[in-house]
Amino acid sequence: MNLAIVLNVVIQGVLTGLVYGLMALGLSVIFGVVRVVNFAHGEFAVVAMYAAYLLFVTLGLDPLISLFPIAAAFFLVGFLLQASLVNRFVGRSEHEQFILLVGLAIIIVNGLLMIFGPDARPTNLPYSFDSYLLGPLFIDKARVYAAIGALVVSAALFAFFRYTTIGTAIRACADNLTGAAVVGLNVKRLYALTFGLGLACVGAAGALMVTIADASPLLAQAFTLLAFTIVIIGGLGSMTGALVAGILIGVSEALASFFLAPSMKSMFSFALLVAVLVLRPQGLMGRRV
Amino acid sequence: MRDMWSAIPVRGRVMLLALIALLLAAPLALDRYFISVFVLIFYFAFVGQAWNIMMGFAGQLSLGHALYAGVGGYVAALLWFYFGIGPWVGVFAGVAIAAVFGAMIGWLGFRFGIEGVYFALLTIAFAEFTRIAFDNMAFTGGAGGLFLLYDPHRTHEWWNLRGGPLLFYYLGFALAASAAVLTAWLARSRIGYQWIAVREDQEAALSLGVDVFRAKMIAVLISSSMTAVGGVLLTFYYNNLFPGQAFDIGRSIEIILAPIIGGLGTIFGPIVGAFILTPLGEGLIALTAKFGIDVPGTKAVFYGLTLMVIISLRPDGVWPWLKRLLGLTETKS
Repeated sequence: MNLAIVLNVVIQGVLTGLVYGLMALGLSVIFGVVRVVNFAHGEFAVVAMYAAYLLFVTLGLDPLISLFPIAAAFFLVGFLLQASLVNRFVGRSEHEQFILLVGLAIIIVNGLLMIFGPDARPTNLPYSFDSYLLGPLFIDKARVYAAIGALVVSAALFAFFRYTTIGTAIRACADNLTGAAVVGLNVKRLYALTFGLGLACVGAAGALMVTIADASPLLAQAFTLLAFTIVIIGGLGSMTGALVAGILIGVSEALASFFLAPSMKSMFSFALLVAVLVLRPQGLMGRRV
Repeated sequence: MRDMWSAIPVRGRVMLLALIALLLAAPLALDRYFISVFVLIFYFAFVGQAWNIMMGFAGQLSLGHALYAGVGGYVAALLWFYFGIGPWVGVFAGVAIAAVFGAMIGWLGFRFGIEGVYFALLTIAFAEFTRIAFDNMAFTGGAGGLFLLYDPHRTHEWWNLRGGPLLFYYLGFALAASAAVLTAWLARSRIGYQWIAVREDQEAALSLGVDVFRAKMIAVLISSSMTAVGGVLLTFYYNNLFPGQAFDIGRSIEIILAPIIGGLGTIFGPIVGAFILTPLGEGLIALTAKFGIDVPGTKAVFYGLTLMVIISLRPDGVWPWLKRLLGLTETKS
């Protein structure tokens, strides 16, 4: 009986964690390749949540479908943002990048606040309260769909980096910037593509997130910290690391909010972050530099 | 002290003295609202200077300075709340405990070679961890907050920081001014040069025999202690504390904006930054109210935009540019 409850909580954490993982994957790509600390990452996730909410309310689009146009739009936004603004900050000191992106984050959050107000907007999918019954386990249907969606998008990203020429070129930029420039890669354009891909990930993750949480501007900052925590725990530059750490954080949050208090859910994430920084700075699955 | 003064060009000395005289006399002409704006300017100039010592001089990026301000404020407030111990005593306890936190973070970060963004995230993690802990502790008031009683019969007790805005105006001014003097003195001391060596090239500093770990630790101890003093000031000014505000990363960001916008690693940077950003925020509130666009968030959108514009146009901050404009040629430390 007790074990069944724990198992239920763990499964719920794993499913949520996969969506977290996809969000962090977007950050990992940006942080790992462009070396820009995207402190507006969670803010972008929340914009995607509102987009998915709006598409559902107006057109009745399921977030599992709307994630594709949202990801495409976010790719474009990311590409243009990097090409027009962020590229000028590549290689500058971290605090300058930080101010730039914090300024952007402030604009996004408060823009959302102006448009939608502070109240959370729920996306009431027809299957929101359905669940699969497996013996003693109740598994939320919406979360299962979201987790599968996150896995599919991640797999597509893995395949892109592994098997396409552009993906290989981007990895070359991450591994050896000078070398990449010497062999004639257009680093700035690849950076713009990378930022676009990172935002496409976060766009897809945000769309999937509406099945788990209600859209609210207040989520943004917590998501940004969450994404950084996951990327560092998983290991910068490791894509599987981001997914594994996402699951780890999802489970620890679910367990902590169930057994302690919901307000204490991220305490373990931060404790884990400190432990990883001190004991294994390359992250759980990162390579030692 | 004397060579610090003589390092400033004559023109600068005149301007500085005029500014000090103006600020000392200003409350005569200002109403309550403007005095409260100046209190905030002084507060941000002060804690900004504290952060400047750590980042601008020693080159260590902390994004968790709200932790030190919050701890300082909470310790002094709790001593006052439970035992009636005044903030003049409480500030020492607050500083001591904030310094312990600083030492802990510094030791972990510097001993284990956590640098740059990673160090910044370590400081955020500590601040967030503390926020959640305070949210769930009953004796600190928990998430509901801690309130200091404002007793109108005790407003003469300036020694317990129970006065009005004027008291905080002069106290804030004194703190901001002493922080600037302290920073100028440190910048010209042995440790100041060691900080700059560490900031510019840690390996080179190490090879020249600089005790890098010690230099960084001194920076974090001074910085966290000063920030805690700022936290005590703000707590007794506002008479309330909420973990969700006091330890929030937004608070940490507020602290670091003035020195970056003003000019990192300069003495006047944090002051100039505070004089730009605080009135900007207040002015935006007034403007949006005047034009009837008082939708929540409007002010902050413009604020964010201003940050992006300033950091794009003046990445070194406003002060180095302003200094040239004013014809002052004090060399950057």
